[in-house]
Amino acid sequence: MNFLTWGRNPWGQTIATHVSWSLLYASLFAGLMFLVAHASYMILSAHRKRSQAETDALEAAHKDLPVHIERHSFMARAFHWVMAASMFTLLFTAFLPIIGVKFAWVRWHWIAGLVLTGAIIYHIIHATFFLDFWSIWVGPRDIPEMKAEFLRELGHDVPGPKSGKYPLGNRLYHLAILVVGLSAAITGIFMMNRVRTPLFARNPYVLTDGTWSWIYVTHGLAGVGLVGLVIAHVYFAVRPEKWWITKGMIFGWITRRQYLEHHDPQRWKVQPEKGRA
Amino acid sequence: MAVIRDVMPVFELFQPASLQEALTLVDKYRRDAWVMAGGLDSFDWLKDRTKRTSVVIDLSQTRELRGVKEVNGGLEIGATTTLTEVVRHPSVRDKFGLLMQAAELVASPQIRNQGTLGGNVSQDTRCWYYRSGWSCYRAGGNICYADTPTAINREHAILHADRCVAVSPSDTAPALIALEAQMVLRSVGGERVVEAEDYFLGPDLDITRMNVLRPNELLVAIRIPATWAGAQFYFEKVRDRNVWDFPLVNVASAQTGTPARIEKIRLAVGAVAARPLRLAAVETAVAGQPRTEATADMAGRLAVDGAQPLRYNGYKIPLMRNLVKRAIRGTGEQATT
Repeated sequence: MNFLTWGRNPWGQTIATHVSWSLLYASLFAGLMFLVAHASYMILSAHRKRSQAETDALEAAHKDLPVHIERHSFMARAFHWVMAASMFTLLFTAFLPIIGVKFAWVRWHWIAGLVLTGAIIYHIIHATFFLDFWSIWVGPRDIPEMKAEFLRELGHDVPGPKSGKYPLGNRLYHLAILVVGLSAAITGIFMMNRVRTPLFARNPYVLTDGTWSWIYVTHGLAGVGLVGLVIAHVYFAVRPEKWWITKGMIFGWITRRQYLEHHDPQRWKVQPEKGRA
Repeated sequence: MAVIRDVMPVFELFQPASLQEALTLVDKYRRDAWVMAGGLDSFDWLKDRTKRTSVVIDLSQTRELRGVKEVNGGLEIGATTTLTEVVRHPSVRDKFGLLMQAAELVASPQIRNQGTLGGNVSQDTRCWYYRSGWSCYRAGGNICYADTPTAINREHAILHADRCVAVSPSDTAPALIALEAQMVLRSVGGERVVEAEDYFLGPDLDITRMNVLRPNELLVAIRIPATWAGAQFYFEKVRDRNVWDFPLVNVASAQTGTPARIEKIRLAVGAVAARPLRLAAVETAVAGQPRTEATADMAGRLAVDGAQPLRYNGYKIPLMRNLVKRAIRGTGEQATT
């Protein structure tokens, strides 16, 4: 299988034109295989939330916490769903024509790309100045949690650290989507120089052929990568044991018990409700 | 430019004697097969070596694909019927003079003797950037060399461009659209019939193909219904020289009515977009209107609504506008001027 397709420019130079669309099928296959493997494993895996007795004890000790704990503000949820809608539009408009569903996709694709880019810019500002910026990142301080999570995945009952606001899987996924999504968005903005839009004067000569090659290849790799990542994301969103997280993204809150079952109150500090004790 | 060589690259040649044989071959080789009718487009590609193929299926020996038949007051024209045969056929001349006029203005007499109706409507675009073998959008790449600040794009599209600005070079296609023709496509699995205007594809739908033919299909015939038989026709082609040239813009119309009023009209233009365009909005606007200069003027302006010129083809906008005006005015006794 070729990973790239090559062409020839008017100067007789060989240039990479885009990634091989076989990679789309590879990404689809990898995403689906991951689902099958993970779903099979989960049938056998130990459940990783706190035991009932431990959660009962914690709940007794944290009676001052609100019954509903805000997990995502309205604006954070709005960003997520706008991003989701634009991402699906981008993926469908990019790949349906490749698999044979023909329609005029280019305009919808760049409009969705601009919506996504706007949403990302909003998210960066919102997360930096209005949210707990570091809560989503993964760093050396997470190594003990990572080790504990890994052992839990292997079926061990590990009492070690629980996650803060975002489970480790969430944070790793965020990191992946950040790299891949930003790659697609930044290269996509450059690529708008090659189509007719009201925003750019069309000029494919603003970059050299070699630079364009890398932009197209990066955009293509990011695109096929997003197929696998989105499959995994949707899969986890609909899994029964993760449904409480998905509901949190819809309604904005989780229950006190869910908070205590899945999180470390020391790492995700929730203010007690006034008047409760 | 690509270097034209005298000797073509090696390929396996099939010359099926029957349609069934041809369909079996097309089904067997699919994307590897190059289907050739008159060869006038094919030989350019193959001799330029900008496209290569391992298998050529030459339809020149498939007799079932050739000839003109009268069916229910209309015509069924085999896809490999030559343009000269189309021009000379009495029924075409008597009832569907629009097609005769269009076919008669294709290229030169020698080319019309060899070129076929199916080939004329199915030929590839003549964009020289594309035909030079560079990796443009239409060739599977990611750039249109004809739509850059320095491109030479005098012959390119003013309407419906989507990344690629190449145009359909066919003269007979607008005439067939105006006549409500149908394309008969056949594969081993059966037959499907598509309206002529739906046979052609723009780059918004598929940037690497110009028609809806699938790799396992052949265009076997073109059916012209009796609907417009004997109507008032208008065909005009503007080109850089009077023979042996592709259109800069062409226009075809079929209409019914009186000298004073247009009752019903079908109108199509070529060489302004990647597919021949039926001007449905103009048809609706002028139907039932008096055949006057004002109606023609309104039709011309409506026809070019949304046109976007490139650096060197701005002249196509007034050219198309005026050709549509002339098509509305008509000729002979029906003409307004």
